[in-house]
Amino acid sequence: MPDPDLKTRPLSPHLTIYRPQINSVTSIFHRVTGVGLVLAAVLVVWWLVAASSGAAYFGFVDGLLTSWIGFLVLGGSLWALWYHFCTGVRHLVWDTGAGYGMTVVTGSGWVVVGASVLLTAATLLAFCA
Amino acid sequence: MVELALPKNSRVRNGKTWPVPEAEGPVRRFRIYRWDPDAGENPRLDTYHVDTGSCGPMILDALITIKDKIDPTLTFRRSCREGICGSCAMNIDGINTLACIYGLDEVKGDVRIYPLPHLPVVKDLVPDLTHFYAQHASVRPWLETRTNEPGTEWRQSVESRKKLDGLYECVMCACCSTSCPSYWWNSDRYLGPAALLHAYRWIIDSRDEATGDRLDDLEDPFRLYRCHTIMNCARTCPKHLNPAKAIAELKKMMVERTL
Repeated sequence: MPDPDLKTRPLSPHLTIYRPQINSVTSIFHRVTGVGLVLAAVLVVWWLVAASSGAAYFGFVDGLLTSWIGFLVLGGSLWALWYHFCTGVRHLVWDTGAGYGMTVVTGSGWVVVGASVLLTAATLLAFCA
Repeated sequence: MVELALPKNSRVRNGKTWPVPEAEGPVRRFRIYRWDPDAGENPRLDTYHVDTGSCGPMILDALITIKDKIDPTLTFRRSCREGICGSCAMNIDGINTLACIYGLDEVKGDVRIYPLPHLPVVKDLVPDLTHFYAQHASVRPWLETRTNEPGTEWRQSVESRKKLDGLYECVMCACCSTSCPSYWWNSDRYLGPAALLHAYRWIIDSRDEATGDRLDDLEDPFRLYRCHTIMNCARTCPKHLNPAKAIAELKKMMVERTL
């Protein structure tokens, strides 16, 4: 029988009351970095397009992207790239049916966070030092 | 659809603070979600104080103490008080679990209790599980056979029976499904971890002969594939089952049968 009260019933709270945990936080950041990387890719293409359209315009774009704020955005994107890579590998392992034990999930969550930071630092050292 | 904010009629307001009782032991503070269908008001968060000296060790004991001694209008489901019926599933301290097997000592500070997330509320901590049960029924959770009935019973080897361990223990408390963000946004079409675990339980049962049909039913962008391996289901299951693993096996079977 259709429920007569369905329209008046409140919806119980969800996102705002559920405790963030390493498994759910790594999952949402996988998506956030995925979307962010598309935007970062546009920035890099803009850089390349500027390089092919003359010294003056390249100077302007290059100045912007190599300023401290540009460094923060591109450095963040570099971390996003490594993070998305690491969580991507984790997803591939999951697709084989392995790594579903809760201790493994928690452990691999912290591993991808740590690995993404280390890989970002290593890349920065290799290219900027 | 992803809707981050609650509808207007669902936003939780501050409620009543009930007096502190005379206590024999330490007093714990409870913040509990209340909604009265007859009042025509928004849900509210009431504050209660429970004397742990005269109360049992579990969250459910505290709820029963509140109902007995402080506020008889507080409404919640409970039955077996030993984690086998699944009635007292609710959101305690930010995770879904059974109030009867979750200890007061497992919560630090105020004990915040809400109904299971993203469900229509019937009253207080009682959510409407009609849709959840309908999804369970939709996976046909029973043995389906084509061959003639044997004279005695359907036989199964010890190894085949072992495959059902970690699946048959599910008590349908809905903790897993209502912990899943994917289920929050898409429960109209996504079956959710509980129903999928049950689907898998029948698909790998050596006696069941409808495996192909069952997989056909799940071959759908929403019903099965809205699982994004967020893992909240396995993390929160009060019976320590792993619906995410069952879903992964289903996805694998989908691929393997096309090879």
